[in-house]
Amino acid sequence: MTMTYHQPRSREEAAALLAADPSARILAGGTDLIVQMRSGRVAPGAVIDIKRISAMQAVQGHDEGFTIGAAMPCTGLKQSQHLAAAWPGVVEAANLIGSVQVRNRATMAGNLCNASPAADAVPALIAAGATALVVGPQGERLVPVEEIPAAPGKTTLSAGEFIAELRLPPRSVGGGDAYLRATPRTEMDIAIVGVGVSLVIGADGVCIAARVALGAVAPTAILVPEAGAALVGTRVDDTALDVMEAAARAACRPIGDKRGSAEYRTHMAGVLARRATIIALSRAKGEQA
Amino acid sequence: MSRMAISTTVNGDPAEFLCDPSETLLDALRSSLGLTGAKEGCGSGDCGACTVMLDGQMVCSCLVLAAEAEGRTIATIEGVAEGSVLHPVQDKFLEFGALQCGFCTPGFIVAAKALLERNPDPDESEIRYWLAGNLCRCTGYDKIVRAVQAAAAQMRQEGATA
Repeated sequence: MTMTYHQPRSREEAAALLAADPSARILAGGTDLIVQMRSGRVAPGAVIDIKRISAMQAVQGHDEGFTIGAAMPCTGLKQSQHLAAAWPGVVEAANLIGSVQVRNRATMAGNLCNASPAADAVPALIAAGATALVVGPQGERLVPVEEIPAAPGKTTLSAGEFIAELRLPPRSVGGGDAYLRATPRTEMDIAIVGVGVSLVIGADGVCIAARVALGAVAPTAILVPEAGAALVGTRVDDTALDVMEAAARAACRPIGDKRGSAEYRTHMAGVLARRATIIALSRAKGEQA
Repeated sequence: MSRMAISTTVNGDPAEFLCDPSETLLDALRSSLGLTGAKEGCGSGDCGACTVMLDGQMVCSCLVLAAEAEGRTIATIEGVAEGSVLHPVQDKFLEFGALQCGFCTPGFIVAAKALLERNPDPDESEIRYWLAGNLCRCTGYDKIVRAVQAAAAQMRQEGATA
């Protein structure tokens, strides 16, 4: 079967094209889709390139936070200084993916829709409380990022639905975030564990909100409410960090393979959760950008 | 579906070609435009041998559809030298022996040039991170890093005296 290539100029046009062919696929950066097409894993009847829709390649900052178009490449996120200042953990996570060549094309929305449990951007987005604007035949809906991945390579999106944008809340006063990952190699590698942390410190130095999310230690990236709860109401001291670390490890259900045993991944989830929390804390206190 | 007619700018000149909707930019460059400098190593974005500049951003041309290039500006290894005058990065790759089989070299040179245009004085770790998406199975990378450092020094000097 031959494939057709489309460059819609509006979100509505993209949605109509997607609805018209169940095998159609959205093309943003192509760093997953084109690999899958070339390996024969997917054979779309139509490829719908959303990069000619101008809002899809923009970052907009406003009172309600940030809107990131689904085709915004990872390196482009760094050009938005407001975004990088508000959510450094998210921007750093997106810029750990692949190489410069890959990040010049790859997008966070694509990272999310590819639904790899090891996707670097996803735990950072979950920790930040990001939502995805899902567009489809039934209209639009806002979905928390943690509800998008369903299983390795599978999302909760219905037929004809796609992510048009990601939304991040404004950075809270006293807020900070961070993302850390462990990889067997230094660069160009896939996480064996990734941890995103976002927290808010009140004027009295007490943590008033915290979200901890883990990647690569379960079939999907996961929010760990118990780990966040362990920090809330504390000054994020060693005792609180110990409880948080244990909660992060308790949530792990990793595979073990030659890249990292289940025990190692679980151990490192706690180690990195602690380190990421300390970075997020120093950012919240304005000690570190 | 019939083949698509694509108009682009390649290395400063207008270039038109026909492609299948599923054809990659790499295949179009090599097969339709005869620009065989960019190579296909892995076909999955891991090796960087197919690195080209697309609207000023370095990308793996094996992971770009040729049809995406409509109206875009592409720069390949073939446009790096000015006539018979090699770019300093090319010059230093030769001088330092930063290649053996040469398969990865076009990608490395396009990527290294892109780095030096952004950062004229990168340290070794910046060079190694920037070039992490380019694999070389011959040199062990050390000579490549030295060549890029030497090219950077030469370009800074030329910039200072220009």
